[in-house]
Amino acid sequence: MIRQVLHSVVRKPATIKYPREKTEMPEGFRGRVKFYPEKCVGCTLCMKDCPSDAIVIRKVGEKQFEAEIDLGKCIYCGQCVESCPRRALEVTKEFELAQLDKAKLKVVFRAGPGDGIEKKL
Amino acid sequence: MAERDKFKIPVGPQHPSLKEPTSFSVALRGEEITGIDVRLGYNHRGIEKACEERTYIQDMYLIERICGICSHSHSTCFIQGVEEIAKIEVPKRALYIRTLVGELERIHSHLLWLGVAGHEIGFDTLLMYTWRDREIVMDVLALLTGNRVNYGINTIGGVRRDITREQMKEVTRAMDSLEERTKYYIKIASEETTIIKRLSGVGVLSKEDALRFCVVGPTARASGVDHDVRRDDPYAAYSEISFNVITDNHNDVYGRTVVRLKELMESYKIIRQLLEKLPEGPVSVKVPRKIPAGEVVSRYEAPRGEDLHYIKANGTDKPERVKVRAPTLANIQAVKHMLKNRLLADLPIVVAAIDPCFSCTDRLISVRGEDEETPGIMTWENLHSYSVEWYRKRGLDFSKLK
Repeated sequence: MIRQVLHSVVRKPATIKYPREKTEMPEGFRGRVKFYPEKCVGCTLCMKDCPSDAIVIRKVGEKQFEAEIDLGKCIYCGQCVESCPRRALEVTKEFELAQLDKAKLKVVFRAGPGDGIEKKL
Repeated sequence: MAERDKFKIPVGPQHPSLKEPTSFSVALRGEEITGIDVRLGYNHRGIEKACEERTYIQDMYLIERICGICSHSHSTCFIQGVEEIAKIEVPKRALYIRTLVGELERIHSHLLWLGVAGHEIGFDTLLMYTWRDREIVMDVLALLTGNRVNYGINTIGGVRRDITREQMKEVTRAMDSLEERTKYYIKIASEETTIIKRLSGVGVLSKEDALRFCVVGPTARASGVDHDVRRDDPYAAYSEISFNVITDNHNDVYGRTVVRLKELMESYKIIRQLLEKLPEGPVSVKVPRKIPAGEVVSRYEAPRGEDLHYIKANGTDKPERVKVRAPTLANIQAVKHMLKNRLLADLPIVVAAIDPCFSCTDRLISVRGEDEETPGIMTWENLHSYSVEWYRKRGLDFSKLK
C-alpha cells in the first residue's frame, strides 16, 4: 500500500480536464448520423429498421429525398447505416449533442437542387 | 412478541446505499434483522411486451438496453435463441468475436462490482483504483464495437463488425496491464486484514441453502456450487476454449470477492486464447426478416450469473412472446436468508454482494379475479380444496392427503 501511495504522489491525475481538454473517439465510433441526400433512393428501409422511430425520409421532388433525424430519439445503434443499400447514411464521431432548446435536436438534411437527377431506381 | 420487536424500517425505494430503486422492509430487534421483505417493481419498463410490437432487428437493440452493464449478455442470449429457431449456421469468426466482447464485458462488470463493494464497506480508495482500471477495458470495448456501453456488436446471423490486427494488439496490451492490476487486487484481498475482517462471515449462504434457493453465478460458486453455463452448456466459442470454473468454500461475501477476482484472471486467459485461435472467414450470414415458427429457451452465463431468455416465434418478423429471467431474480430471494439474524449495518454490502441489477429483474404481477369484488387470490386451504375437487371430478380421491 505504501508503495502505491508514494507512486500516486508524483503521478499525474488519471482524469482529464474536460471540456477544456478533448478526447478523440476511436475510429468507427457510433455518434451522430449523417445523411447524403444525393445518394438516397427513398427505399425507407432505415425508417422500417429504426428501433426508436428517430429517422423520417420525405420525398420533396422527383427522385429527391430529405431526412429528418431526431437526435433526442436516436439511440445511436447505427442500424440505419447498415440497412441502407446505397450508403446514404454514415455515422460520425460527433458525440457532444446536448441542447438546451429541444427544437435544435431535430436535424434536417435538405436535398440540394442537383440531387436525384442522375439516380436510377 | 414485544412491541419493540416489531420495529420496521424501510430501506428504499430511494436510499443512499442502493443504486437503483427497490424496496426492503426490514424488521428489527435492536440492531438485529429479524425479517426482511423485498418489493420489486419500481423500475418496470414493460420491455417484454414492447418486444412483441417490434421486429427482431429492433428487438435486438431493445433487449440490449435491459441492462447497462450486461447488455451484451442479454443481446447474445436473445440472438442465440432466434438463430436456433431459424436454424442459422453462424460463422466461426462471429462466434469468437461474440465471446471476446462477452469476456471483456465480464471484466468491466467484475471491476465495477469490486469498486462498488469497496465503496459499500467504506474502502473508497479501492473504488477509485478499480474504476480507473475499468476505463482501460471500456476504451477497448469502444475501439472494437463503436460504443462504451450497449455495444451493438451482435446481429442476427453473426456480428456487425470485424476486428483488425491492430485492434487485436490493442486488446492484448490492455489485457497485460489489467492482469498486472488484478494480481495486485488479489494480493490486497488476501493480505489486507480490514477487508478480510469486514467481509468474512457476512452474508453466509451454505451450499445446501445455495442449492435450495437456486442461486446462480458468482453467488452460487462462492458457496461451492460448481455450476457455469459456459462449461456445462457451451454456447458461442466456449467449447473450444479451456478455462477453469472458479469455486470457493468461504460461503460469504469474502468468498464472492475471491471468486470474482479469480474469474477476472480466467477472463484474461480466455481472451488470449480467443485472439490466438481467431479463425478467418466472414463475420455474418444473411438472415431473412421473417423467422419461422418455433420456441426456444436460451441460456447465457452473464457476469452476474445465468441469464435465461424464452422466445416464441410465430412465423412473422415479430416475436410472439419474449421472456427474460435475469440472474438477479434468481439471487434476490437468497438475500433475505443471508441477512436473517444479522446486523443492519451488513445490509448494503450483502445486497451489493449478489451484484444486483433491479432494472433487469423488475417485473409486474397483476392478480385478476373474474369480477372486481372477488380478486383471484387463493389461500393455501382454498387451493387445497380446489385441487381435491378438481381431481374428484376426474374420478380420483385425494381428500385424505393434507
